[in-house]
Amino acid sequence: MHNRRRNLLQTAGIVAAALAAGLLKPIAALAATWNKEAFSAKNPGDALKSLGAASAEASSAIVIEAPHIAENGAVVPVEITSNIAGTTSIAVLIDKNPFPLAGKFDFMEGALPFVKLNLKMSESSDVRAVVMAGGRNYVATKEIKVTIGGCGG
Amino acid sequence: MAAGPMKMRAALGAGYTDVRVLMSHPMETGQRKTPDGKLVELHFIQNVTVKVNGKTVVESQISQAISRNPVFSFRVKGGAKGDKIEVAWLDNKGETNSTEATIA
Repeated sequence: MHNRRRNLLQTAGIVAAALAAGLLKPIAALAATWNKEAFSAKNPGDALKSLGAASAEASSAIVIEAPHIAENGAVVPVEITSNIAGTTSIAVLIDKNPFPLAGKFDFMEGALPFVKLNLKMSESSDVRAVVMAGGRNYVATKEIKVTIGGCGG
Repeated sequence: MAAGPMKMRAALGAGYTDVRVLMSHPMETGQRKTPDGKLVELHFIQNVTVKVNGKTVVESQISQAISRNPVFSFRVKGGAKGDKIEVAWLDNKGETNSTEATIA
C-alpha cells in the first residue's frame, strides 16, 4: 500500500517537472537526440566507445576526400563516401581536437551514405571516418596538415 | 550574432540528387576570447535533419567543430523534379531554423 502510494507520488512529481520544463522551453520537446557523452569525450577512443564503436575494422571502401594541407584550420572541407553496403551511419572524428567527435550522420532509406562538410581543426591531425553497417564498424583515416589552427582567435 | 537565413540548392545528379545547404550560424566553440579577454559562450548547431517529401532521410548530430556558417552536402537517392527537400537545424540554445527547396 505504502509502496503504491510512493510510486504514485513519484510519477506525479516527474510529470509536473516535465510539464514545467515543457512550459519554460517548448523547443525541448522537439529536440532530437544529441549524444552528450560522445561529444564531451576528450579523446577519440572514449568518443568511439560512447558511440558503441570501440572497435572498428579498417576499410578501403570508405573514401575521405580532403586536402593534404589545409591552410586555414577554421574551414577544412572534407567529403566522405561509404561504399559499404548497408551503411547506416558515418561518424567524423578529428583525433587532436579538444573534443574529437565532430559529427555523426544517420542515413535512412532514401539517402546515400555521403556527406560533405567543413571542419574546424585546432592543429594537424588524423581525421577518422567511422562507418556503421550491419551491426559492424569500419574505419578509414586521413592525415590533414593545418598551417593555421581554427580553434582559438 | 543571431542565426541568419539559410540557403539551399537541390540538383539532380546521376541517380541521386545533390542537396547543398548553407546555414548562417556563429558556431562558437566556447574557447574563443573577445579582445577584452572574455570567453565567448558556446553556441552551436547540434542537430541537422534532411527530409524528402516529408520523410526523414538523414538525421545528424554535430559539434562545435563544424565551421562557422556551416555548409553541408547530402545525397538523396533518385529524386524527381518537383520533389520537396526540407532541411532543419536545432542549436544548443534551442534556436531553430529550416528551409525548403524543390528539385530543379
